[in-house]
Amino acid sequence: MTRWRDGLAQIRRYPSAVVGLLIIALLLATAIYAVTAIPYSEAQKLWRGGDAWQELPVNASPVWTDRIRGGEAPRTITASSDEVAVEREDLGAARLETTTLEVDFPYGDFPSEINLFLEAEFEQRQPFTRVHWRRPDGQEIPIEARRVGERDRFSISQDRQLESRLGFAPQIGLLTDAEPGTAEPDVLQGTYQLVIETVHFEEDARLHADLVVYGQVHGAFGTDHQRRDLAVALLWGTPVALAFGLLAAVGTTVTTLIIAATGVWYGGWVDAVIQRLTEVNIILPLLPILVMIGTLYSTSIWLMLGVVVVLGIFSAGIKMYRSMLLPIRQAPYIEAARAYGASGGRIILRYMVPRILPVLIPTFVTLIPTYVFLEASLAVLGLGDPVLPTWGKVLHDAQAQSALYHGFYYWVVSPAALLMLTGLGFAMLGFALDRIFNPRLRSL
Amino acid sequence: MSAPAATAASAPGSDSALLEVDGLYTHFELRQWGFLRTGTVRAVDGVSFTLDAGEATAVVGESGCGKSSLARTLLGLHRPTAGSLHFAGSELSSLGRADLKAYRAQVGYVQQDPYGALPPFMEVRRILAEPLIVHGIRRRAERWQRIQAALEEVGLAPATEIAGKFPHQLSGGQQQRVVIARALLLRPAMLIADEPVSMLDASVRVEILTLLHRVQQEHRLALLYITHDLSTVRHYVDRAMVMYGGRVVEQAPVDALLRHPQHPYTEALLSALGDPDAANAGRPRPVPGGEAPSLIHPPSGCRYHPRCPHAMAGRCELEPPPPDFRPRPEHRVACWLRE
Amino acid sequence: MAGPPLLEIEDLRLGYATERGTLWAVDGVNLEVRRNEALTVLGESGCGKSSLARTLLRTLPRNARTPSGQIRLDGREVLGLPEERFRREVRWVRIALVMQAAMNALNPVVRVGEQVAEPLRVHQRMGRREAQRRAAAAFEEVGIATDFLRRYPHELSGGMRQRAVLAMALVTEPDLVILDEPTSALDVLTQASIMNVLKRIKAERGVSFILITHDIATSSELADRVALMYAGQVVETASAEAFFGDPAHPYSRLLMDSVPRLHQEQPPRAIPGRPPSLLEPPTGCRFADRCPKAYERCAEPPPEVAYDTRHRVRCWLHHPGGRR
Repeated sequence: MTRWRDGLAQIRRYPSAVVGLLIIALLLATAIYAVTAIPYSEAQKLWRGGDAWQELPVNASPVWTDRIRGGEAPRTITASSDEVAVEREDLGAARLETTTLEVDFPYGDFPSEINLFLEAEFEQRQPFTRVHWRRPDGQEIPIEARRVGERDRFSISQDRQLESRLGFAPQIGLLTDAEPGTAEPDVLQGTYQLVIETVHFEEDARLHADLVVYGQVHGAFGTDHQRRDLAVALLWGTPVALAFGLLAAVGTTVTTLIIAATGVWYGGWVDAVIQRLTEVNIILPLLPILVMIGTLYSTSIWLMLGVVVVLGIFSAGIKMYRSMLLPIRQAPYIEAARAYGASGGRIILRYMVPRILPVLIPTFVTLIPTYVFLEASLAVLGLGDPVLPTWGKVLHDAQAQSALYHGFYYWVVSPAALLMLTGLGFAMLGFALDRIFNPRLRSL
Repeated sequence: MSAPAATAASAPGSDSALLEVDGLYTHFELRQWGFLRTGTVRAVDGVSFTLDAGEATAVVGESGCGKSSLARTLLGLHRPTAGSLHFAGSELSSLGRADLKAYRAQVGYVQQDPYGALPPFMEVRRILAEPLIVHGIRRRAERWQRIQAALEEVGLAPATEIAGKFPHQLSGGQQQRVVIARALLLRPAMLIADEPVSMLDASVRVEILTLLHRVQQEHRLALLYITHDLSTVRHYVDRAMVMYGGRVVEQAPVDALLRHPQHPYTEALLSALGDPDAANAGRPRPVPGGEAPSLIHPPSGCRYHPRCPHAMAGRCELEPPPPDFRPRPEHRVACWLRE
Repeated sequence: MAGPPLLEIEDLRLGYATERGTLWAVDGVNLEVRRNEALTVLGESGCGKSSLARTLLRTLPRNARTPSGQIRLDGREVLGLPEERFRREVRWVRIALVMQAAMNALNPVVRVGEQVAEPLRVHQRMGRREAQRRAAAAFEEVGIATDFLRRYPHELSGGMRQRAVLAMALVTEPDLVILDEPTSALDVLTQASIMNVLKRIKAERGVSFILITHDIATSSELADRVALMYAGQVVETASAEAFFGDPAHPYSRLLMDSVPRLHQEQPPRAIPGRPPSLLEPPTGCRFADRCPKAYERCAEPPPEVAYDTRHRVRCWLHHPGGRR
């Protein structure tokens, strides 16, 4: 149809449309990347949190924030027993194994946390472990000595005893040579060693150790209070937002249009019923209804989508389409179609609806971000889908953890920026399309 | 010109007629809030006539005389309030869904506004394919063959070029030709043309009227040509009937009607028209006073009596004249003057 | 008919900027209208006759280019007049317009009487009561009962609306009234009665008219003189007697043959072919490819030949050296 072709050809003349299209293309590419890189089930599992994230710092800012500040903040450093040789010494009934994990720490600021993860293999008698910390200046600091469970963890930075011995929080005290009580201790840069001496009581017993010195920054988007990398939520939020917006916009627009056309075509009581339903529905507030359903029934995103579409069908759009369709119903070509025997359904779908489609496309495009925002608002209100990572959920978590109060601006800024970018992209395209397809708005 | 049908215009019920309309009434209820009746528009108010196969009849009248409502009733777009409509022997109101669809294929429709009559978002090819699809012609090649034939018949060549255009890319005359092609596609027996040339340029009018006349003759179509302009009636139809206020006031072969009008309203219409002549500018034309009658509250008796210069007090405003006084053999007139 | 010309149009050109270049809707038009004279501008749709009317009243759409040429009113050039002075001194004071679609020309939410009085209130700063009195007089003149002054446009029939628009044009007593297809949407009887009103006003008031129409029969109802336009140019200007009796231009003749007539045995004949595109008009005579009498010379632009004093024809056949 040349009308469409002409319209699309004209898009190039509107810079805002081109920018809008670029933004949308970027979002689409992100969505496709997210879906292919992290499968749906994987994304759900990751977002549930847990061990997958244990080597990530809590509430770390994105790396770029550090770049802006000067690049002092430490990254996360890990050292594993798999990578180093083990010294063995036979003690007769038992066996002493010494593992030395080395950490090179070149940063100007202290790590946020230090953890040692231990996995012991044994049949009945747990191995016994003693851990030392050796600073670059040779100073040795005993840390802990105890039996090790199958999956064990020495939360070094949570160790209150160690803290009182050092006079600093452990993650600071272990990395400085300053006198206890110094207000602003300096980092002692260099190679640190963690010496793990384990006594095994069984022939086949083994110990696996991972030392994690947590940094203060992580990745492109930082992490949240559950150590989850926000990149997962922001990446996966893109397909979810686009799908929700698109499906809701398509669902409401198409059904609304067909219902409005049906009412206009058949007129009489059919039209009256549709109009009254619409009028009742218009005064029903959408958000409280969704909140109610979310609270009392389920917060599944697909259920919400269904409710949004159902409530969106008999919306003010019906009145708008009706006013556009009423004159079309009187058009001679419709009368001609009746005269050669076209059925009511054919007239509605082939003659009435296509007539207003060009006017509809811009409205439709600008409607998409509206629904994206609606989904985000629901999530912020705590009615987000419980299993899916979305932008709204990130915002909700940020709010629940008082992110702004604690200065975790990145937590709020990135999802909000993505939402705004989505709105901007679709709005720019939509307004340009409006000018293309509604020539009355065009200035000569 | 086909044989004068004066003799065939006998009482309804004759066997030869393709279309027999007997005592047809089409009224519209005016309602407030969807149910309160506030009045009745008596658009067609007792019309009887017959149309033979291959006969062309003009329906002449001013806007609001019910001529378009009559056309729409014949097309099955309005339900008649009373009276009968026989087409090829079967009563229209008794037709089922499928038969009504078959009837619609038998009746072609040419509208007034050619641009409005064509869906602006479809190419000509698609516009013409629509009626064929509706009537179950599934094979694309067959449809194209018929579309091509129809376009060539109405003088739109080359068909392939025209078929790819949108209505707005065609001139008014070309648009009306497409409308005529669409009306002919289903090979109808009757054509109803409602003011087919009134929106066209004077120079294009003759083209379209000539075309309509040619296809009517070639296919032996019954033609109902509805117009407000008596000057476009001659040469193109066999008979003419004049409508006023929802009723037929006069019907006759077209030459007789133009030469010897019997009803005062027909006389008024004729004297209001003139052939181009420099002398026209100097003299005012005789025009009856008043306005066209209301179809909601029509005048009593003869509907023309408030404007009629010859109205007979005590007669015309009381009794409606019967529609078939025959002051001349080929004329039928509803006027007390011709009693 | 004698007297100085009221309106003189000289070599008027008007173009519209379109996506495919400039469309010259009026391309070198020369016309004159004398006092108390009715000139009919006749032509098919798209021939430029409405653009001519719009140029005279400066009601052009925004994509119109600045017209060139001269328009003289009583010998005074008005085409170059600044907009504000044109509005105050010419539009509706000297020249008024009656538009085609009378429903669109009236504001649906204002009483008809006030709309008819409006030009007086604007242009002559007349008081409300006096303006209403004049509006009532104008209503009587065009044949509407004065109690319709207080009605709204939708309460009037089509014919009455057209009369009201006519009253609006006449109320300021202009010298020239331009009628753009004043009756083409109306019924035969209404048409005739409005033409009767125009004839009477012309006789009583001495107004000049420019009647723009495509309908030849209608044009003959008022015309003293006829100008026939084709593809943006005037091809023949003649008195009504000459034009309707013995037209000179081949197009005029074919056009007269295409008129359906009530009392003529011979059926009307259509003119084959279509007018050329105004975006790329032919370099020679614009009617040549439809003209049965065209010959080699028609490939050059034909001059306007003065057939006699007030009868001009744009055709090589009538050129002194042309083939008759």
